[in-house]
Amino acid sequence: MKTIKRVGAAIAASAMAVLPSVALAEDKLSAGDTAWMLAATVLVLFMTIPGLSLFYAGMVRAKNGLSVMMQCFAITALMTILWAIAGYSIAFGGPGEYWGGLSKLFLAGVTVDSLSGTIPETVFMVFQMTFAIITPALIVGAFAERMKFSAMLVFMAIWLLVVYAPIAHWVWGDGGWLGGKGILDFAGGTVVHINAGVAGLIAALVIGRRKGYPGTAMMPHNLMFTVVGAGMLWVGWFGFNAGSELAADGVAGMAMAVTQIATAAAALTWMFAEWIAHGKPSVLGIASGAVAGLVAITPASGAVGPMGAIAVGAASGLGCFIAAVKLKKVFGYDDSLDAFGVHGVGGIIGALLTGVFCAPSLGGAGFGDGISSIGGQVAVQALGAGATLVYTAVMTFIILKVLDLIMGLRVTDEQETEGLDLALHDERAYNL
Amino acid sequence: MKLVSAIIKPFKLDDVRQALSDIGVSGITVSEVKGFGRQKGHTELYRGAEYVVDFLPKMKLEVAIAADKLDGVIDAITESARTGKIGDGKIFVSDLEQVIRIRTGESGPEAL
Repeated sequence: MKTIKRVGAAIAASAMAVLPSVALAEDKLSAGDTAWMLAATVLVLFMTIPGLSLFYAGMVRAKNGLSVMMQCFAITALMTILWAIAGYSIAFGGPGEYWGGLSKLFLAGVTVDSLSGTIPETVFMVFQMTFAIITPALIVGAFAERMKFSAMLVFMAIWLLVVYAPIAHWVWGDGGWLGGKGILDFAGGTVVHINAGVAGLIAALVIGRRKGYPGTAMMPHNLMFTVVGAGMLWVGWFGFNAGSELAADGVAGMAMAVTQIATAAAALTWMFAEWIAHGKPSVLGIASGAVAGLVAITPASGAVGPMGAIAVGAASGLGCFIAAVKLKKVFGYDDSLDAFGVHGVGGIIGALLTGVFCAPSLGGAGFGDGISSIGGQVAVQALGAGATLVYTAVMTFIILKVLDLIMGLRVTDEQETEGLDLALHDERAYNL
Repeated sequence: MKLVSAIIKPFKLDDVRQALSDIGVSGITVSEVKGFGRQKGHTELYRGAEYVVDFLPKMKLEVAIAADKLDGVIDAITESARTGKIGDGKIFVSDLEQVIRIRTGESGPEAL
């Protein structure tokens, strides 16, 4: 979303007293904006529980289905509390180049009447919370079927505060250094997708491949769930993208339009690519293509036009198809559910193409502050993508390695064979 | 007494059941099994991960019969289960030592 200059109510009041003729419309509560943002927040939460949960759970083996649901559900609960206590402050607490400080620790100062732009600050805080929930949940896809639940909880707690919240501040926070350079990341291509995708890749490499990978058959146990989940993600993503305008206006409307168009383009592209490459289109393929499009349009949704959206979607559909289907085999890493292949690669494609299709000559809404050319914008986009990639890769690696020493990251061979549902939770998903 | 086990293609179950019923065999047990003989499996593809699935779904039927019905049962199963294509299945015949009806305690041929 756009970097908002938050003018406190007190300052606004005194300004009004000095300059009564100045209309400070952005400081008044807008019922329309608030109503939409309440709804958008709900949509984004729905993307995690149960959208992403089902999308992922369907792709793992039956003996691990519940473990995925458990990870997503527990992350939802844990990130909620941590965001309220500290994450919100680190990301949005106040001005700063690299973080927002601790002035809003325990949500200090966030009251019933506090405003964030034209919406209550509480709504803004929860809206952002739902992003802070889904980003770690995305990483689950990389280490599915083999990570210890306890280690995952600790990892996610640290990762939220040390990786996600600072990066969110860099891009969206007051004074954030990437925002200051004119980066265009409307809804989190960098903050969410490149971040989670790269973290996932590192996790897949550090934790290692699943036992028996790649020779053993590990087929998705319920693609019905996966497709249902993909549909929920598509629908919920309108909260993610259109909601990132933080207002009910034309920009939100355009964000909705380009989101729908890019996603459709990507779904078709992956479907046709697979049809050509393998002879038949697949359900998992078209659903994955849609998600790839959603990921790529995320940073672009405030800046590109409908025709640009087709290009962004098609590029991501093809790029992520190649990454998930071909690249993974070439390099041999077990990014089980393609967290990097779809979110990492899609996020990078989207971030870079945002720099191209934001150009007014290509139907876009214009460049970031201080930038006047496609080359200039793409450079900033690349800087943002690169900085995020490096920071998240290094920090994720360190956190995982330290946790591995302290508590171990991976389940035992017996537990992995038995299945995490029984081994870690004493439960079966299906008692048929 | 004989125990006749037959592995057949799943979609042939109704035909076989009917054929057995027509010759007076009314009690059968059916289980869903997987297996292969000469019939090749198929390939499944999930995001580029290709799996060759050797095991094919089959139905296993078991009927306990009096020895004099054996030829009739074999013919009934064979004709109703046959498609002419590889994978039609097999029939196994074994001697049945004892049969007991649980409800009444009857044993031997009366229990069949």
